[in-house]
Amino acid sequence: MPQPLNYLKETASQTAGPYVHIGLIPAMAGFDIFEKNFSNVLVTPNTKGERITLEGKVLDGTGTPLRDVLLEIWQANAAGRYNHPADRSAGALDDEFRGWGRAGSDFDSGLVTFETIKPGAITDRTGRKCAPHVNVWIVARGINIGLNTRLYFSDEEAANAADPVLNLIEQPIRRKTLIATRSERAGKVVYAFTINLQGPEETVFFDV
Amino acid sequence: MNAQAPALRDPRLNRPEPLTPPLGDGGFFQRDRAIHPPAHAPGYKSSVLRSPRQSLLSLENSISEITGPVFGHNDLGPLDNDLIRNYAKDGDPIGERIVVHGRVLDETGRGVPNTLVEFWQANAGGRYRHRKDTYLAPIDPNFGGCGRALTDDTGYYYFRTVKPGPYPWRNYVNSWRPAHIHFSVFGSGFAQRLITQMYFEGDPLIPVCPILTTIPDKDALDRLVAPLDLNASTPFDSLAYRFDIVLRGQRSTYFENRTAGN
Ligand SMILES: [Fe+2]
Repeated sequence: MPQPLNYLKETASQTAGPYVHIGLIPAMAGFDIFEKNFSNVLVTPNTKGERITLEGKVLDGTGTPLRDVLLEIWQANAAGRYNHPADRSAGALDDEFRGWGRAGSDFDSGLVTFETIKPGAITDRTGRKCAPHVNVWIVARGINIGLNTRLYFSDEEAANAADPVLNLIEQPIRRKTLIATRSERAGKVVYAFTINLQGPEETVFFDV
Repeated sequence: MNAQAPALRDPRLNRPEPLTPPLGDGGFFQRDRAIHPPAHAPGYKSSVLRSPRQSLLSLENSISEITGPVFGHNDLGPLDNDLIRNYAKDGDPIGERIVVHGRVLDETGRGVPNTLVEFWQANAGGRYRHRKDTYLAPIDPNFGGCGRALTDDTGYYYFRTVKPGPYPWRNYVNSWRPAHIHFSVFGSGFAQRLITQMYFEGDPLIPVCPILTTIPDKDALDRLVAPLDLNASTPFDSLAYRFDIVLRGQRSTYFENRTAGN
């Protein structure tokens, strides 16, 4: 017998269930408990960068919006830098931007929104340029292990075409499942997205 | 990494400790999907229409997955880890008083410090304080059912609550959840993000739960069951349960491979 390695095993995932709001967004469950709450607003008035709204839905295999889904996003700041010690790239940190938020879908419409800024392009440790993107994590009743995907921006065509992750996707048509569409509404910039859990337009999910 | 390094003995466990190389900030260890429930698990009916059918695209961790949100004590309030007091209006909540404690570790056995742990649960009668829960068991006016804590430098966390009750749910006509507490854990990178549930030693509903039995690996299932920890109980006050949570380990970057010219 060789020497044992004895790594521990990761704890198994379990569904977040239908009442995930109690723990993560208690105001949506219908009560007020914490002094400080996490939310879908990532910006303060002093955050640097272009204000954007991310707005979308998560659809099940019949095309019906999930009305009990919870999304979290994690993104770089306007300079392309993550607010984390492992990111040693050159862009300036922004003290007014953690880069993370969470949102529950509306109980009637299923709509999910985030108020954030458009992230800058990222330079990976190998020096590769990566198109601006937002990392998305999805949990809900019926989702046994959180789903990881990304949102890219429709007005970044050249950067998207060169992005190393988008180019990992074999079928060009599936790359489109990760592109959020820019529009302007009452002077606000909105990026719309749809996440399809199943079906011919199933969103690309990553094993990170 | 030196493959010849002798395994140390952990006197508490009487087995070799896992090797803990210098803490790195490279990519995370490949997730072992065989210990997690599959996305499509027909015995848990809600998963059928909510499970991707294409293969997940394997993504070598980039800076986007290695990094993740950082939280601090400024994000929390002083009662956040005391579910007996954090929603009390005119007395304590009804139920068995318990402390839940443990460590958040990574797969190398190292404690994960300063990471956010959030938890939520039903009350002692199995009812959630949630606008969508209509179970006939009553709401407890003194119980909210949620809390959160930041691990200390060794990865240790604890909170106080009442033991949740089992509750019925619509899967089969007569499906009941074993008593459980939901946990959300961050780790240092977004690829470690994990939601799970803790169960209680000896609960006869565990082997027949359609959600718990989505886990294909018996040992992985057993690791979600918290033992009674009598040594950690407070005499004449509360029992204790111990629940350790293991997040993915992280590779060290021994050598940086940079593209020429960078
Ligand atoms: Fe539950």
